[in-house]
Amino acid sequence: MATIDTATLREAYWRMRAIREFEERMRREFEAGTVPGFIHLYCGQEAVAVGACMHLRDTDYIGSTHRGHGHCIAKGCDIGDMLLEIYCKDGGLCNGKGGSMHIADMAKGMLGANAIVGAAPPIAVGAALSAWSQGTDGVALAFIGDGASNQGTVFEAMNLASVLKLPMIFMYENNGYAEFTGVSYHCGGGDIAGRAAGFGMPATKVDGTDFYAVYDAMGKAVERARAGEGPSAIEAVAMRWYGHFQGDPQAYRSKEELAQVRRDGDPLIKFREQVLADRTLDADTLDGIDAEIRTLIDKHVERAKAAPNPPKEALYSDVYVNY
Amino acid sequence: MAIKTIREVINETLAQEMRRDPRVIVLGEDVTGGRGGSSGVDEAAGGVFGLTAGLAAEFGHKRVIDTPITESAIIGAAGGAALTGMRPVAELMFIDFVGVCLDQIMNQIAKFRYMFGGKATTPVTIRTMMGAGMGAGPQHSSAIYPMLTSIPGLKVVLPATAYDAKGLLATAIRDDDPVIFCEHKALYTESGEVPDEEYTIPFGEARIAHEGEHITVVAFSRMAVFATQVARKLAKEGISVEVIDPRTSSPLDEGAIFDSVEKTGRLVVVDEANPMCSMASEVASLVACEAFECLRAPIAKVTAPHTPVPAHLELEQEYVPSPARIESAIRRVLDADAAPVAASG
Repeated sequence: MATIDTATLREAYWRMRAIREFEERMRREFEAGTVPGFIHLYCGQEAVAVGACMHLRDTDYIGSTHRGHGHCIAKGCDIGDMLLEIYCKDGGLCNGKGGSMHIADMAKGMLGANAIVGAAPPIAVGAALSAWSQGTDGVALAFIGDGASNQGTVFEAMNLASVLKLPMIFMYENNGYAEFTGVSYHCGGGDIAGRAAGFGMPATKVDGTDFYAVYDAMGKAVERARAGEGPSAIEAVAMRWYGHFQGDPQAYRSKEELAQVRRDGDPLIKFREQVLADRTLDADTLDGIDAEIRTLIDKHVERAKAAPNPPKEALYSDVYVNY
Repeated sequence: MAIKTIREVINETLAQEMRRDPRVIVLGEDVTGGRGGSSGVDEAAGGVFGLTAGLAAEFGHKRVIDTPITESAIIGAAGGAALTGMRPVAELMFIDFVGVCLDQIMNQIAKFRYMFGGKATTPVTIRTMMGAGMGAGPQHSSAIYPMLTSIPGLKVVLPATAYDAKGLLATAIRDDDPVIFCEHKALYTESGEVPDEEYTIPFGEARIAHEGEHITVVAFSRMAVFATQVARKLAKEGISVEVIDPRTSSPLDEGAIFDSVEKTGRLVVVDEANPMCSMASEVASLVACEAFECLRAPIAKVTAPHTPVPAHLELEQEYVPSPARIESAIRRVLDADAAPVAASG
């Protein structure tokens, strides 16, 4: 395992804590009825997004999913502007017209959360194609749920990336469930990473609750992509803590499983234990980040709630013609 | 007669049709729900909104089939099963997901009967949720049924009442052609009197939702509900509005529209779809081309704007044609007509 410098570890913890606090706050706000539409929470999977995105620059690209809040934060989207978008307010990242499932930030290389399962991988492949064609050392990454792993679009994207040797990373997030259906039922063959290997790319399976494991695997994949050697795939296993969407009663999951997932699968606790054991970060630093994030999220949620709605005319803008 | 919601009657009709005909199967994402889950609960969902609840327990998992999230395979497999003797009811969770499986819909199942020289039948029913109203954002809220209506070979059904939902779904399942059964998600809680026993409603026969003399309003799906509310309100002012709910956009009951316009001389068409190539355009053009001599005023169209559905709830509300916009279109058409309403009846 490569040594990771303190600044990177500090930043990684900041982003993971930010995702956790953001999502827990969104959960409470949704239950209190302040959040419009549907939200799909990322708790439990923080190390996947952050372990991957710590290797990416603003000029690299990601394609996301309906469970996209964590990807946005990991890729450096402004938390305040994300909250404005989730609250569908004026000045949100999509000016209130996309909402939770469509947060995008072109300046940060975030090509959009996506409400169509399996839609992002071909788009991310296009971003990789763009970097490849222009001869930059940019890379692109698609987050792909275990549910999406069955979509034809994902296979087509993998094949194209492999044929063209594109600088592309396919980051499977196996969180155990496609909506309400378990991966053991919905995934033929049961080996998600193995499917990617079938397209001739290196494919590894890692513990997605272990930041170090994801970071390490992603490091190799990015190095390969930047060197022009083609795509890679990583299957990161990290169970989601909450339902498919907030409000999902999760009758399909046992209480034991839900308890076990939290007990054994908290990426933040694992990270904390690791850095304290290694003496790479101290408890004061970690606690300081926790406090900083709490204040930050609190401030931005209040700002988002108080922000003005988009003007009515916004309905008719951003299309090239009106009828 | 029992009062039932559209959600209840869809569930009831699926069960009745499955009892009636062992070739009827249901397939889609989470139609049972919970397969492969840690709780071992045999039915954890019964559909994302519970519409298929109880079916797996009664008919088993060879007839109520949970699929991966894999829309092309769901629709394609429904087509293949239909070609080989089954009567599949495939669930496409949101009509927006037509984008994922359009080839199977437009190039495959829609064309089998014709391109195989009439020697194949494709009795597939695709149940799908459509429409705005939940703040679900641009990829879960559209009403693109006119696009499907434009495809030869498909029948497109738009129930607006619980009674119609039952009879039309039974017809869809028994029909030998592919049918897109569009359930408006804002109408699931609409209720009305619905018989317990099975019945069918033929396609291509409009429902007169409200009888009137002064003006015809042709309105589809949820818009028929709004138009009926407006008609009741205007009746108190002495404005007599006839609301036609075609119930199926393909086949379209042109005769009912002509009969009404012949009587009223005025037409408003209401459609939640985008305006270009919409059913509003289609009905307006039909009447302008075929019944121009009946018209005493220009036709008015009330549609969504030419935009995706925004996530913001207030913008979404602005997007959906409202009763107020329908009322104002009715008044505009009546005002455009030189002859006063009182003399026209």
